[in-house]
Amino acid sequence: MVGSLPSTDQIWAWLEEVADPEIPVISVVDLGIIRDVQWKNDELLVTVTPTYSGCPATEVIARDIRAALTEHGLENVRLETQLFPPWTTDWISEKGREQLRDYGIAPPANGLVQIENVACPRCRSIDTEMVSRFGSTPCKAIYKCRACLEPFDAFKRH
Amino acid sequence: MSLFDYLLRLGDNALILSQRLGEWCGHGPVVEEDIALTNVALDLLGQGRLWLTYAGEVEGRGRDEDKLAFLRDAGEFRNVLLVEQPNGDFAVTMARQFFFDAWHHLLLAKLSDSTDERIRGIAAKALKEVTYHLRRSADWVIRLGDGTEESHARMQAAVDNLWMYTGELFEMDAVEEEMKQAGIGCDLAALGAPWMSEIGKVFGEATLEVPKQTWMQHGGKRGVHSEKFGYILAEMQFLQRAYPGAQW
Repeated sequence: MVGSLPSTDQIWAWLEEVADPEIPVISVVDLGIIRDVQWKNDELLVTVTPTYSGCPATEVIARDIRAALTEHGLENVRLETQLFPPWTTDWISEKGREQLRDYGIAPPANGLVQIENVACPRCRSIDTEMVSRFGSTPCKAIYKCRACLEPFDAFKRH
Repeated sequence: MSLFDYLLRLGDNALILSQRLGEWCGHGPVVEEDIALTNVALDLLGQGRLWLTYAGEVEGRGRDEDKLAFLRDAGEFRNVLLVEQPNGDFAVTMARQFFFDAWHHLLLAKLSDSTDERIRGIAAKALKEVTYHLRRSADWVIRLGDGTEESHARMQAAVDNLWMYTGELFEMDAVEEEMKQAGIGCDLAALGAPWMSEIGKVFGEATLEVPKQTWMQHGGKRGVHSEKFGYILAEMQFLQRAYPGAQW
């Protein structure tokens, strides 16, 4: 029986089609919130970590993951929430960063880059200023580009 | 049941401050601040849920986060008095936030080394969020303190009026002592000095006076709350009281 179960690589590929409900251009895999996928006998265990403690998308994401796997014929799925180690924007993939930028959201800086050096997703200038530390979702701040005057969302480094 | 009590303290601080901040929704001085206040509220609500869920499991009487949030009466809440203080003007809200954030940040850093794995995980998660909160509330204390004559006067008044609620943050009692001994909690009294140094640093930039030593209010951690607390519960719990078991 075990031989007929889809490989975890296959499941990762399916999960790459599950979009974040609030920023639909990025998948839950590229967002870095899927921490592990493994078979426990014939039960699939998917370990998910929340971005922010209070992020209202968390429950929608769990439902979307379950729905996507059901669509591929997987019924015996268990979702587990893992808080530690806490999610960091360093887990957002390169592909995910590009997708955010194309969508008009400045991707988060990596490592120790200062929060002020956010590049405009439109003209790429770093002559930008923060308008507010918080934006339309818990993970974003509001910036303005001084070069092209575009106001934009920036993913907070976290 | 010390652990249960301890978790209620952590959860209720987050929940009640979140509820207070939520009162600003639609009333912020500018739209960015409206959004920021409610985003901080949302982070705290998420943290409150994590603590209260754990508290309910530890208690083992079948109470989940919702039952604990919506079906306890005032005397069963364990939050410090600071977080239940009314929003007042924007200066009062930001002074309250700054006092709390500076303390919360120190506490969560300690709890990130707790011997209790679950507490450690929640604290490490929350610490990242609270680091951001602290940066913002400190910014505002400086901006208003070192702003116009009017904003300075209001921020100084807010600081003076809230000062008496800061003593409780560092108060040790039997519950705190037991948690400290077990390596689950920490020595709150020892957080006093680093907290004062953070306050002093920010107040220096903000041209604000640190209030003189005064008599400190306390009681929230034992369930003795101010008169205003009932009004918070009336609003927060109305739906579950009027329509028991109603689902979103």
